[in-house]
Formats: sequence, structure tokens, C-alpha cells
Amino acid sequence: MNALATTSSQIRSPEVECLPAAAMRELQYERLRRQVDIAWKKLPYYRAKMEAAGIAPGDIRCLEDCRLLPLTLKDDLRDTYPYGAFAVPLKEVVRLHASTGTTGKPTVVGYTRGDMENWTEVVARFLVAGGLTDDDIVQIAFGYGLFTGGFGLHYGCERVGATVIPASSGNTEKQLMLMQDLGTTALVCTPTYAVFLGESLQREGLELADLKLRYGFFGGEFWTDAIRAKIESLLGITATDNYGLSEVVGPGVSGECLQQNGLHVSEDHFLFEIVDPETLEPLPDGEVGEVIITPLTKEAIPVIRYRTRDITRIIPGECACGRTTRRMQKVTGRTDDMLIVRGVNIFPSQVEEVLLQFQDTAPHYQLICTRQGAMDQLEVQVEASEKLFSDQMKRMTQLRDELQERLKNALGLKVKLTLVEPGSMVRFQGKAKRVVDQRVF
Amino acid sequence: MKVKQISIFLENRAGRLDTVAKLLGENEINIRALSLADTSDFGILRLIVDKPDRATEVLKYYNFTLSQTDVVAVEVPDTPGGLASVLDVLSNAKVNVEYMYAFVEKATEKAALVFRFDDVDAAIEVLKKGGITVLANEDVLKL
Repeated sequence: MNALATTSSQIRSPEVECLPAAAMRELQYERLRRQVDIAWKKLPYYRAKMEAAGIAPGDIRCLEDCRLLPLTLKDDLRDTYPYGAFAVPLKEVVRLHASTGTTGKPTVVGYTRGDMENWTEVVARFLVAGGLTDDDIVQIAFGYGLFTGGFGLHYGCERVGATVIPASSGNTEKQLMLMQDLGTTALVCTPTYAVFLGESLQREGLELADLKLRYGFFGGEFWTDAIRAKIESLLGITATDNYGLSEVVGPGVSGECLQQNGLHVSEDHFLFEIVDPETLEPLPDGEVGEVIITPLTKEAIPVIRYRTRDITRIIPGECACGRTTRRMQKVTGRTDDMLIVRGVNIFPSQVEEVLLQFQDTAPHYQLICTRQGAMDQLEVQVEASEKLFSDQMKRMTQLRDELQERLKNALGLKVKLTLVEPGSMVRFQGKAKRVVDQRVF
Repeated sequence: MKVKQISIFLENRAGRLDTVAKLLGENEINIRALSLADTSDFGILRLIVDKPDRATEVLKYYNFTLSQTDVVAVEVPDTPGGLASVLDVLSNAKVNVEYMYAFVEKATEKAALVFRFDDVDAAIEVLKKGGITVLANEDVLKL
């Protein structure tokens, strides 16, 4: 940890971040009722779900009654592509973003002016909690585009008053040059890229004394305290984790304070439930399960009880920082087979969809993720079935190259495609495993 | 006039070719000609064997991906210019050779080659018109 850094930081919105628990629950209940009311009136897909479950808005009589409400799945948002989950006319929408879908079509999310204000504010909140001030020069090395990370952090940093360098992702040499020449004090990127930057720094023979870095804000991927220690020593910074997903807003759902002991949830904007992923029954604070999130202030896309598939727990007790908002532990895994590679969400079903373009039934395939140095690599193995096979080498190499290209386009990530013999993939209890993650977190 | 070739998909790793050779040997299938095309990841093994249907059955039982293809076996004089005399006939008629390889050598004055064409029947016509000896399946087995 940098000598300049302290373990305490400003609290941006003490009136909500330090609100007593009972008052927070009351605020959440009031906002939940409003969101359910909007969903019932404006979202035909969700009203149909409520009716099928025999639930009406009036049945929600206390905050705990939220568990009566049907879950919203990623597929619900896909089925309503592109605008079916919007509760306001597009005239009121000022921004669109999108995230990877489980199949070809992405999930489109929209923001009203009010949504932009809330989103910017919750991002600013975790940035301040993690040490950012208006004296900082912050380099954002997240991709700018449909991904919510780049723009989400950009607006939040500006709101804090920091000087923002919108470096976007990639081009490591340029990142290092900007960092040195412009005197960057805070870094925003994925944890994987932070390690990569740190190692590149060493290779280039740069000393930490040549840099002015103090803080790092990392998200978009799972990472552990071991990776945190590595990033902090490589870059000489205090590194904090932040969490979010575009379906409920983007980054800003929760973020760590300088205690680095759990991510404070912006509970005035997001209702968290931890449930048993099998039974979907609620779990008490402290127990590990799947996070269900209901955004409490979203206008453009009011999602009710979104099933995140992320596994974590609520850390019981209060934080030494003085905030009363509950803390979630770093996300430790998924309840589905989604992989996150270099910040890109990958679903095996996306691979299957590409393979189905080549033959009616998809051949066996497997996604293998490895870490080479600091960078993650994705290999897709496909069984050379008889339908794909040819005795002519040029057809086989063409097939491999075309599959590789189509996968790259579908996943938004470079992959290595390997054709393998039938039966040679790693099997698990007789079943072919779709995903083999060999990375050590 | 056509000869059955078996093509097998092999991962490029130790022991795969050996496994195929052993399976064929154990089942008393004799390899008459072979060629291997490979990349860094995988290869395609092409075989002319004395019992192609039996070989197919055995290899499928062991879950190999394979296909049967019709190829053409051609007799050429085992002298300098022998191969050129056949290729001349083909190129004059603009017949494209996908790939070719030679039979296992025997001590005779003739050599035999395997040709893979896109249009097998048309290629056989061209070869015959050009005075080239196209071997029948029985001839191949006697080689």
C-alpha cells in the first residue's frame, strides 16, 4: 500500500450511506412498491409473470414480501429485444448500452436523464469511498462503447471532479506513456489488465518512483485478494473492487471503501437478496448464495428481482468506515457456466449457436480458459465430426479458420479454435463439460 | 476403376498414428498405400488397404472420425519421366489433382500412384484417352 494512502476516505452521501438500517429498509420498501407498480402498468412481460404467479402489486405489504415476486431472467430481457423491457418512450431515453446475450443478440439497456443522474452518483460514491478526490488524474483503460464500464466510470470520475483521461482499452505502450507523462494518479480497468500493466512496467524498467499512481478501481471480472496484493505491489497503489451489471445499471451497484473488506451496496438504489440457487429460498446475512438485485430507482428499464447468477454473501456486521450500508463479499463464482475472459462475458450457448451454422446438431465442444502470464486465453475445442470432416486438408483448414473467425465475431474476443478427435475432451461424470476454467484466481 | 480410400482425422499428438496401425494389424488389414497431411494441431491420414470396409468398421468402433472416398490408382513406368507422363495428360485436359501419393514400393518395373480428383469419373476418362493404365480394385490388391 502506498504510504500516502490512508484507510479512511470521504463519505459522498452520508445522508444515505450512513442511514440507520431501519430507515433504509423503509426507504427501500417505499421504492420497491413504486417499481412494482410501474412494472405492473408498463411492462407486459413482467405483468404476465406476476399474473401467472398469482401476485398483484397490493400483495407486497412489507419489504420481505419481495420474495413473492417472480424473478427476471436474462432470457426475459433477451426475449423482449430490443425495446420490450422499456417502461418509457424512447424520447425519454438518452443513452443505450448493451451486454453480451446468452445467444447472438445482446441485451439492450437504456437510461433516462434521471437514470444517468443516479448511475453517475452511485459510481461517484464508490470512487470517493475508494479514495478518489478532485485532485486526482484518472486514467480509464476500460473499453469505451456498448460496454457500461468505460462510460459509467467516466461520468462518475467527472462527477467527483477528477481530471479524466479517456484512454480506453488496449495499447499498453501508450497507456504507460500517458501514465508517466500526464502524471496519472488513479487507474480504472479490469484487474487482469492492471496486472498486465504492472508487469509491462517492470519489463520496461520503469520505477514506481517515475509514476504518481495512488489508487486503482477495478471491476468487470472476478478477482481475489491474492491478485489485489499483486496489483498493489506492482503498481504501488491501493486497489478497490467495484461491482455491477448492465441489466441493473452497470458499475456502481456496490464498491469497496478503503477498509477493503467487502463492497458497500448502494442500498437506496438497489435491493439485494441472497438466495439458495437451487431452492431460490432466501438466505440470512453471512450465508453464501446467489444475488438477486432489484434496482429501486430505474426509470427506463425497471427490472424486478434480476437473477444475476453471481455467487457471494452479505458480510454481517458494520464496517469500520462508518457507512451503514450492507457489504457484499467479492463475487466468487457463477451459478451458470458463463465465463469472463478479459472483461468479456462468454456463454457456451454463443459457441453452440455458431456451430449450428455449420451442421444441424452441434458437435461436442468445450471452452478452455487458461492464463498465460497475465493475459487470459480462450481456446474452443470442437470435435471433428463426420459432417465436418473432409479428406482434403484445404477444406479442413478453411473450416477451422472460418469457425475461428465466426467465433471471434460472435464472442467479441479472439479465440483459438482446435479441432479434436471424438472422445478426447475432458469429461465429467460421463458428461462432456462445456467449460473448463484452468485459471488460478 | 475406382479405388476406396479411407481418410482418418488424427490429433497431432504422440501415439495416434501408432494406434491406427496397431488396430489394422490386429485385424489383419494390410496397408497398401498411405499419406499423411498435417498441421500443428491435427492431421489427415489417408490409407489404401486390402479390406476397406473391415477397416472402416474397426476404426469406427474405436470412435475415429473417418470417411471413405473414391480415388484413382494409376500405373506408371518406374523410370525417369514416368510421373510427368501422367501429369501431362491431366494438365493438358485441365484436370486438377487435389492430392496424390505413391504405393508402397515393390521390386517391379512399374510404380503405382494414387490420385484424388474432384470429379473422379471425368478424370478416369481423361487418363484412359491419354493411354494411361488405370488400375482396378483387384489389381491394387495384387500389388
